[in-house]
Amino acid sequence: MPLPPLQLNRPMLKILKYSFYDLIRSRWSYVYFLFYLALGFVLLFLNNDLSKAVITLMNVIIVLVPLIGTIFGVMYFYNSKEFTELLLAQPLKRSSIFLGQYLGVAGSLTLSLVLGLGLPFVLYGLFRSEAIWDFSLLLVTGAFLTLIFTGLAFNIALSNENRIKGFGYAVLLWLFLAVIYDGMFLLSLIVFEAYPLDTFSLVASMFNPIDLSRTLILLKLDISALLGYTGAVFKQFFGTNTGLFVSIIMLFLWTLLPIWRLAYISKRKDF
Amino acid sequence: MKFKPIFFILFTGAALYAKAIPVCHACEIKSIKEGIHQADDFDTLLIKKGRYKEYNIVVDKPLTLLGEDFPIIDGEDKGEIITIISDNVTIDGLFIINVGTSYTSDFAGIRVKKCKNFLIQNVVLEKLFFGIYLEKAGDGRVFHNKIIGDAVNEYSSGNGIQLWYSKNIVVDQNIVQHVRDGIYLEFSDNITIQNNSSSNNLRYGLHFMFSNDDVYTNNVFENNGAGVAVMFSKKIKMTNNVFRKNWGTASFGILLKEINDAEIIGNTFEENTVGINVEGSNRIQYRHNDFINNGWAIKVRGACYNNSFINNNFLYNSFDISYNSKMNDNVFENNYWSDYTGYDLDKNGIGDIPYRPVKLFSYIVNRTPETIVLLRSLFMDIIDFSEKVSPVFTPDNLLDANPLMKKSVRSPIR
Repeated sequence: MPLPPLQLNRPMLKILKYSFYDLIRSRWSYVYFLFYLALGFVLLFLNNDLSKAVITLMNVIIVLVPLIGTIFGVMYFYNSKEFTELLLAQPLKRSSIFLGQYLGVAGSLTLSLVLGLGLPFVLYGLFRSEAIWDFSLLLVTGAFLTLIFTGLAFNIALSNENRIKGFGYAVLLWLFLAVIYDGMFLLSLIVFEAYPLDTFSLVASMFNPIDLSRTLILLKLDISALLGYTGAVFKQFFGTNTGLFVSIIMLFLWTLLPIWRLAYISKRKDF
Repeated sequence: MKFKPIFFILFTGAALYAKAIPVCHACEIKSIKEGIHQADDFDTLLIKKGRYKEYNIVVDKPLTLLGEDFPIIDGEDKGEIITIISDNVTIDGLFIINVGTSYTSDFAGIRVKKCKNFLIQNVVLEKLFFGIYLEKAGDGRVFHNKIIGDAVNEYSSGNGIQLWYSKNIVVDQNIVQHVRDGIYLEFSDNITIQNNSSSNNLRYGLHFMFSNDDVYTNNVFENNGAGVAVMFSKKIKMTNNVFRKNWGTASFGILLKEINDAEIIGNTFEENTVGINVEGSNRIQYRHNDFINNGWAIKVRGACYNNSFINNNFLYNSFDISYNSKMNDNVFENNYWSDYTGYDLDKNGIGDIPYRPVKLFSYIVNRTPETIVLLRSLFMDIIDFSEKVSPVFTPDNLLDANPLMKKSVRSPIR
């Protein structure tokens, strides 16, 4: 199957701009933005140590960002259904319509995240701190997680006419990747404890974007000393340029696959 | 401290008829060796500022070697520098560098060999193999020395202060850095180690082997390769020490292995991968210690009976206690746990519901170490919570029945 061309054509940009401004004007973006802003300030107020705040933020980001991306994506898709149908009646490419909307939502969410967390950290002297790389990695993975989970949510919404079902699947997806996957991971580690599991755990954490982000950030922080021998194996992989490269490629794949499927399905779907 | 009067009497008494012999490049006596040769018992060798290229200096009479403005004794990496084989020797104010390296005879900056009543103070040692080596020595004092090594590999470096078959020694106010083991004791009893700072050493800040009835107090151990190891020893008192930043995959604040009847009181463990790693140790009292921001505050490896953990503060550790068996014979009582979420309805300062310090995750990690990769995963928080509500896997009698609601504050006088 050849990938559909993903060039940013003019109508798509226009729809992206429309969705983006629509969201920027909406209350939810502000709530989201203000939430991160408050979180950042409170964290840094309570604990002036930037690198410690990065650890706490990691916990928030790997749970909350996917959840909000999923819920927001599904919600936006269903809410703007009438408008989408109106657009579909126009002589526009379908992929432009959906990709425009997707990029609008994901873009505004990412912007809220980056600005909301970035501002307090910059004000507390991020640029003079050694934590800047850890923090940038945190924001990059946060942005990736937003893109991935919004994309997955759009896919679910596009495939389910029934809103309740769509919401259900979306929440289930989040639950699976954030919680259940780790449970299965843990079980398999315990069941197969007699075997060497280093490669297995490396691969298993690659296949879940949340685990991948968690591992990436964890290994950059000095908390990685807790990981012991397994951590050393992980560090040997993720710590090198190859490891970082492979993980970024994985995150890219996780982003591109939903987008590609979105374009593919939207082209064939009968509205 | 208890040796001070002895020295006082010795040296004031000796000074009445002892003479001072100046040693310098312009003096009559140009080398330390010659000075020792010329001196009578209880004389003082006044070593003036300068560089003395000497090694294998044997002090075989009760003398005082007193340096003025830190004269440099340069061994030029040829061998041992000062060897004391007489009782009542004082070494004071020397700067000793370039000790030779030998894997068969363990060259030291200063070696005290089978003698008593010595005092080594205000000595600076650099570029060394072994620093101060006390061999079958007794009743001495190592005071206010500074030992800065340049150790790179464990196998090719020596220890800062080493005590071997020595008795009744006080090691006080020394600074030891960048050697293999900062302070090392083997078969040495009744030793007091106090107010020292041992940091950035390759292996251990302080290392006990087969040494009994020793006390170490008010020391700071920071950023050592593995921390402090106390092994195969009895009746050791460890009080008011600070163990900081022993951070690495195989590091700990203290490693206790086969230790019986020890007291660990009033110490601070901060930012260590493992605060205390305990193995086969019985009847140990842990009181008034602070465990702050460690990976594991205490890791109990097994065969540990009759230990009591009372009035300690456990603050913000990733894991408070790790246990590898379902059996528990140790007592946890009146500790403060920052993770405690209980309440105190009768306002007596003691929580009304018990605290379970072993999390399910730490139990699982003990069983299958690979599972540590799930650190800080949401799933782990959820199962930890459910285990907290109804314990299934963790030993059900391992609990602090009376956890404190506020940090335990030590009274200044104990």
